[in-house]
Order: sequence, then C-alpha cells, then structure tokens
Amino acid sequence: MHATLSMLLIQGGGHEAAAGGAFEPFFPGLIVLLPLIGFAVNGVLALSHARRSADAVRAGGELELDGPTGKPSTHTLPTWIGPGVLAVAFALTLVNFVRALGADLHDPVVIHYWTWMATGTFTVDAALQLDQLSLVMMMVVTGVGFLIHVFSVGYMKEDTGYPRYFAYLNLFIFFMLTLVMGSSYPLMFVGWEGVGLCSYLLIGFWFSDREKADAGKKAFIVNRIGDFGFLVAMFLLFVTFGSLDFAEVLPLASQELAYGGGLVAAITLFFFLGAAGKSAQIPLYVWLPDAMAGPTPVSALIHAATMVTAGAYLVARSSALFALSPLGSGVVTGVGVLTALFAATIALKQYDIKKVLAYSTVSQLGYMFAGVGAGAYAAGIFHLMTHAFFKALLFLGSGAVIHSMHEAYHHTHNHEDPQDMRNMGGLKQFMPITFVVMWVATLAIAGIWPFAGFFSKDEIIWQIGAMGHAESAQYGAWYTLFWIMALAAALMTAFYMTRLMVMTFHGANRTGQEESRHLHEAPAVMWVPLAVLAVLSAFGGWINVPEALRASFLGGFGALPMSEWLHHWLEPVTASATATQLANIGEASHYAPFGGGEVMWAVISTVAALAVVVVSIQIVGRWDIKPAAEDAEPTGFGKVLFNKWYVDELYDSIVVQPIIRTSRFCWRVIDAGIIDGFVNAVGYMARGFGWFGSLFHTGSVNTYAFILSLGVLFVLGAVIF
Amino acid sequence: MADILFYVFASIAVGGALGVVMAKSPVGSLLFMVVTLAAVAAEFILLEAHFLGAVQIIVYAGAIMVLFLFVIMLLNLGHDYARDIKGGLFSVLSFAVVGAMAGLLVRGQGAPAGSGGLSGPGAAAIDAANAEFGVVGAIAEPLFTTYVVPFEITGILLLVAIVGALVLAKRHV
Amino acid sequence: MIAESLVLAAILFVVGTFGVLVRRNAIIIFLCIELQLNAVNLTLVALSRLHGIDAQIFVFFVMTVAAAEAAVGLAIIISIFRHYETVDVNNFNLLKW
Repeated sequence: MHATLSMLLIQGGGHEAAAGGAFEPFFPGLIVLLPLIGFAVNGVLALSHARRSADAVRAGGELELDGPTGKPSTHTLPTWIGPGVLAVAFALTLVNFVRALGADLHDPVVIHYWTWMATGTFTVDAALQLDQLSLVMMMVVTGVGFLIHVFSVGYMKEDTGYPRYFAYLNLFIFFMLTLVMGSSYPLMFVGWEGVGLCSYLLIGFWFSDREKADAGKKAFIVNRIGDFGFLVAMFLLFVTFGSLDFAEVLPLASQELAYGGGLVAAITLFFFLGAAGKSAQIPLYVWLPDAMAGPTPVSALIHAATMVTAGAYLVARSSALFALSPLGSGVVTGVGVLTALFAATIALKQYDIKKVLAYSTVSQLGYMFAGVGAGAYAAGIFHLMTHAFFKALLFLGSGAVIHSMHEAYHHTHNHEDPQDMRNMGGLKQFMPITFVVMWVATLAIAGIWPFAGFFSKDEIIWQIGAMGHAESAQYGAWYTLFWIMALAAALMTAFYMTRLMVMTFHGANRTGQEESRHLHEAPAVMWVPLAVLAVLSAFGGWINVPEALRASFLGGFGALPMSEWLHHWLEPVTASATATQLANIGEASHYAPFGGGEVMWAVISTVAALAVVVVSIQIVGRWDIKPAAEDAEPTGFGKVLFNKWYVDELYDSIVVQPIIRTSRFCWRVIDAGIIDGFVNAVGYMARGFGWFGSLFHTGSVNTYAFILSLGVLFVLGAVIF
Repeated sequence: MADILFYVFASIAVGGALGVVMAKSPVGSLLFMVVTLAAVAAEFILLEAHFLGAVQIIVYAGAIMVLFLFVIMLLNLGHDYARDIKGGLFSVLSFAVVGAMAGLLVRGQGAPAGSGGLSGPGAAAIDAANAEFGVVGAIAEPLFTTYVVPFEITGILLLVAIVGALVLAKRHV
Repeated sequence: MIAESLVLAAILFVVGTFGVLVRRNAIIIFLCIELQLNAVNLTLVALSRLHGIDAQIFVFFVMTVAAAEAAVGLAIIISIFRHYETVDVNNFNLLKW
C-alpha cells in the first residue's frame, strides 16, 4: 500500500514512453484518486450526519431538514471538498493535456500500478492509459463535471442529503475516469459497472419516493442486459487474442481477424449491445427518460455529458475492430440513426421539460453512434464533446428554471408540477440570463452556424453519406436511407427544441398570479457555470472545422488557425481503423448521395435548421397552451407520441410479466410446494415412525411378555430349522 | 407299568397346569399348582431322581406354595372371584404364539438319542452312584466336592434374599 | 420315557407361558413363572438320564434360586400393593408412553 502510494505520487512506475519529445504524465494516478478520496470524506460526513439525524429523531427531536441551518460538516465541508477535488483533477488533466500537445505522442503511454489479476496466461493490470482519446475524454469529464459540481452547490442547497449527494457524485467521477483511462477492457468494465452503480444511486437519490427508487432500479437492470453483451465480447476477444489490454488487442486486430468475418462481426455486435445499454439506444433506451427522476444536475452530468457517452467512447476506442466489420458498423449506424429519429418523434409531444431533454439526449446519442458507426470516429467524439457542452447547459438551465418554479410553488403551497412546460411561459422576464444561455444551447443543438453543434452534427451527417458511398463500400443503399433519416431527425430536433424554448420562456406566464411574484433568476453559483458552458457551446465547434468548409465563408475563408484539429489529434488512435478502411472500402466519397459537395450541403442544412427555428417560433407562439391542470389529454397520433409509442407497455407484456409469472411459479410451486413439502414430509415421516414405535409402550406386563415370547419363538425357529 | 404310571401322572400334571391358568380364584390357582407339583415330583421319582422328588415336595410344594398362600391371604385376595383372564384378540394371539412354541419345542425335543426307554449313557453312572452312596449320597457327593463353591454362594444368595424380602415388605413406620 | 418327559415338560412350559401372557393378577403371573421353572426342572432331570448326575445338581440349584426369587418377588408385590391397593397389572402402567 505504501509502495503503491509512493508510486502514485512519483511520475509513473514502469511506463513506456514514446519516441520524439517524450510525454511525461503528470500525476495521472492522482486524477483518478482524488475523486475517490472526495467520495470517502463526503461519505463519512454523510454517515455521521445520518446518524445524528437518527439520534435526534429517536430522542424526540426533529430532522435537520433545511439546509442553511445545517452544521458545517453537513454543508460547508462537502461544498469545498466536492467541487474542490474536481477542480484539482481538472487542473492536473489540463497540465497533462498541455504536455501532450507539446510532446510527440504516437503510442499510448501506459502507467502500471499493480497487477490486478494474474492467472497463468491471462493477466490484467491496474494500469492507466494516456493517449489522445483518453485525454479528450478526461478533459470533458473533469471540466464539465467541475462546472456541474459548482452548479449543484446552489441547486441542492436545501436538501438533507447534501453530503451524500456529493459523495455519490465524486464516486461517479472516479468510476468515469477509470472507464476512460483504463488500459484494458476489464478495467474499462470496472468503470462501466461503477458508473452504472452511481447512476442507480443518484437516480434513486430521493429513494423514499417509490417511483424514483423504481426508476433507479430500471436503469440498473436495463444496463445489466447490455453488460452481458460487453462480457461476451470480452470473452470472444480473449479467445482470439489471449489478452484484453488495448495495447495488445487493437494493434493486432487487422492481423488476427478477417475483414468482414463472422467472429469480428460477433465481437462488434456484442460490444454494441453493451453500448446500447449504457448509452440508451434502441432497444435499451427505456431507462433514460425514467432517469429524470434524479436531481437535475445528475441528469446533466450522467445522462447527458458523461456516462451515456461511454458507449460512443467504447466504439471509438475499439475503432480497429469496428472498421473490420462492415456488418457491425452498419448495424451501429443504422440503430444510431433510427434511435435519433425515433426519440426525436417522441420529444415532439412531451410536456415535461426534462423529458424533452431526455429524449433529445437519446436522439443525439444516436447521432454519435451513427458517426462512429460510419467510420467517422473523430466526428463522433467531436459530437460527444459539443453535446456535453450544450446538453449540460440545457439541463442545468432547465434545472435553474425548475428550481425557480419549485420555489414559487413552495411559497404558495401549490401542488402543480414545476417541471411541466404548460405551467411555465414568459419566463424570460424573470430569468434573463438563463433565457440567453439556453437560446445559445438551442441554436447549438439545432446545428446552426457558427455554434458548436453545427460543425459536429454536420460532419456526422456528411460522413454517413460519404463513407457509405466510398469506392467499394457495401450497403450503399442503406447508408443513403440513413443519411435521409439523419437529416429528418436534425429538422425535428430544431423544431422540438424551439417548442421547448417558446413554451418555457416566451409568451404569457401561466404559472399563476401569486406564484409569478416568486419567480427569480438563479443565484450566481448557478448561473456562472451556465455562462461558461454557453461560451463553450458557442465557440467550441471551431476546433474541428472540416477542410472542405474551412476554405469557404463557413470556415472564415481559411483565416482561422485551427482546422480539423481534433481529427488530426485523434489520428494516432484511429490509425488502424483508417488503414483498414482505405484497404477495404477505399476513399470516402466527395459527394453526398444525391450529389453536391460538402459546402453546399452545409449551407443547406444550416439554412433549413434556421428556417425551422423561425417558423416554429411563429407556430408555437400561436398555440393556445393551457396550464397542465386544465389541459386536455392528447388525442390521435399525438397520443401515441405522448405515450412514447407504448414501448414500455410492450416490454412489460413481453418481458416483465412472463418473468414475474415464472418467478411466482418457481416460488409457490417449486420452492414452497415441492421443496418445502419434501422437507416437511421428512419431518412427518419421523413423527410417523415415532407414533408407530409408541404403540409398543403399553405399560402392561402382559404385552411385554408377549413380545418376549415372540422373540423366543423366533430364536427357537432359528435353532430348530 | 412304569409307562402307565407315567401317563397318569403326566395327565394330572397337565390338568393341574391348565387349572392354574384357568382358575377363577387365586387360591384355586394355587391349589392346582400344588397338584401339578406333586405330579411332577412323581415324575421325578419315576425318572430315578428320588432325592429331587422329595425335595420338590418339601421345598416347592411345602414352602414356596405356602409362601404364595400367605401372601394371597395377606393381601386379602381370596374373596372377590372376578375373572381376571384377559380376553379378546390378545388371548387369541397369545394362544397362537404359545401353540407355535409348543409345536417347535416338541419337534425339537422329540427324539434325542437313545430315548426309547429309561436308560441312556448317563443312566449307568447314576445307577452306580445310587448303589454305592444311596440315593441322597449320589447327589451329595458331587454337591460337596465338585460344586461346593456354588453351594456356598447359594447360601449367601438365600441370606441376601431374606434380607431383601424383609426390607421390601416391611411397613414403613 | 425320556422323550415323553421332554414332551411333557414342553407342554408344561407352554401352559406356563400362556398363563403369564393372559392373567391379570400379578401373583398368579408369578405362579405361572414357577410352573415354567418346574418344566425346566423336569427337562433337566430327564436329560440327566442321558448325561449324568450333574443335571440333577443343576436342578437342586434351580430350586434354591427359585425359592429365593419367590420370596423377593412376593415382597415386591406386597410393597406395590401398598401403593396401588390392587395387584392388577393393568394398573401398573407408568411405563406407558
């Protein structure tokens, strides 16, 4: 333990440095360790707080319900420790990132800490891998994570579970960093499972409400189904390669696995099953809308920016494998665009502000998968990054709105739903900062130039068409269909996001006379992170302007210094995949499926999105929206969309009820009936034997003499015969 | 002649035994027992065990049965003559069991070697001892030489029995 | 005569057993046991014609012990009678389960 700690603090023990300007990691172990320490400290504080509250209640006192009167251990300490460890971790990550920028990094740097499992031929080390991809992910996780921690200080101020919240949040960051920094699939899986656990803990944070606890359970169970896929894929990889370290699997992938073969297709499809569970794709997306039961910052961090992107990260990390399987990649792309379209349709008719954002997340995740499935790994990761910015911003902004609405209803003891958009309206006069930043995010997600979402989403849609029609690509027709679906989903995205904004911020206020007096802007600790994220959403896209666009006016006529920077930055990681692609399907096409170059389609898409936004403002503005209590139920096709295409009910009847019935049968018939009956029968048999034996004990001498005589008879018989 | 006498006494003995079992009153049972004992004593004499025949009458019929009678009288059981034989299924079963026993015993003991008459291999020795020492002496001679230790122990046994009977039966005052 | 004696002894023994099994009076049961002993004595005496005088010595001892046993047994019955006021063995059922 002592040796490990000293190894952690010294820069790496046994790492393989690259050639050229060597990249020396700067305390990478500390990045992962600090959130864990934060979890431990906050956890102890939470336990002692819980014990004190329990003692107080038992002694006839009251629970410490309201936040600001809490003792220092309940509020001040977690406030500094929670975001504090994240700030330090982000700083360390930044140092590493800057160092990596300067160094010439061709191969990943792996830092071994200790050997976790060693069994004969198979070893797994507790080792961290720093390369371009993991550094990008680390920046996103710690950076956006830090901002969300700061936001939570304001949002969760009056919650009794304040220290517990930060403990779980820190634990989540620890596991997420393990996931993105792990150097082997098993270590990644540790992080994978850990973030699933933290998701469960945080979704069910207010577990005394049955529905919220059930939502947590649903998330975990659906995730497990995906984890099965991940495990099977790992088994297949082990059988093929004998090892599960990235450094030993990925460079050798193209040699060991045949292009388009069944084995690699199986591996990729099983990995995608795992990714579908974690990143909420069809058919395992059903947990994400329910996960909105958790606190809003949790939804922002886990279900927008980081955990749900783990699936896209997995596919990008395993790009060497996915490039070898056109079937696997095609399925990933297809399911991705289908999910994007499907979720967008549902979002059109939801009234809960968080549910709209949840389905929007599912939809955008579909885009990420479509990107990495089509072979545009850099584009997928780029969209992951920009999505983290604007989706976190949207969630946090909606959190500020809900916070304000909640306070308003609290003052008037109203029991209406503070999250229902039909109860909002005209909030721009009460919450101007939130209004502005959320419009920035909306324009970003709609893909309007020059905001971040434009560059990333556009790149993905372009690549779906381009890669699908590469020189010798298979499934060309399918990719055309995918391209059309992606475009349709993009337009729907613009519409439902505008609908959200108009219903929430524009028009007349529907909250009520009394309540509207209490609506106000969020405190500084909450709107400052929003502002930071808004800046990132506005300008974050400029780090990866495609070459073709750079020369046009969209890219500033080539005046800007960064061009396809992220693409080049990630090249060492995706090199193997790119080589496979060039070898087997040739160069990507330079024209979209129906003709036209990249610039033309970029212009078309941004103009179309802008048009949808403008028109939607007019349309939605003219709707007669009633507050939720007075509104009628949706009818017709709208009803189907409002009820999420009845997918949950379908799953219930196909999967859940049969399992319940089988379990009940096993319980009542097999366990209680047969097995217990068996055991009871043995008892009854013993009693029966006892009863039979008791018949001989009559207490009468004559009977005893009779039995004696029988014995004598028996002996006589034995002797004489 | 000896055979006829044998069968006469045998039937008396069996009749007496049946009387013991079937008699209503305890005293009646006892008297039938005395009859049986006498018949058996006669059998002893017919089998040339004269001393034992005498001892049978004196000790068994004269002392032990009297003892029984004393106890019956002491407990005042001579009065109510309620039948105290068990009836029903149990007696039938018992009858069957003892019948089987009888069959087996008779079968087993039916034909020992040289059983046709009175004499056998050991008879000659007994007759010789009878002639030499007299009837009593024939028993006394092995009793006081070869079997003197059991003889003495039997004395002690009788002493113990007397003490035990005294202790058990005395009134606790 | 030896064989017939043996048969007679067998019959006496069996009758004694029957008495033990069916009589309810404790003293009569005891009496039937004495009958059984007598049957055994008869067997021994008959067999002494075959095997020598030792069998008759044995009978001697049997009689002695029977006397001692009768004395002690009757003493026990007397002390039981003091407690139960009867010698009906159906009443002595403390060993009943």
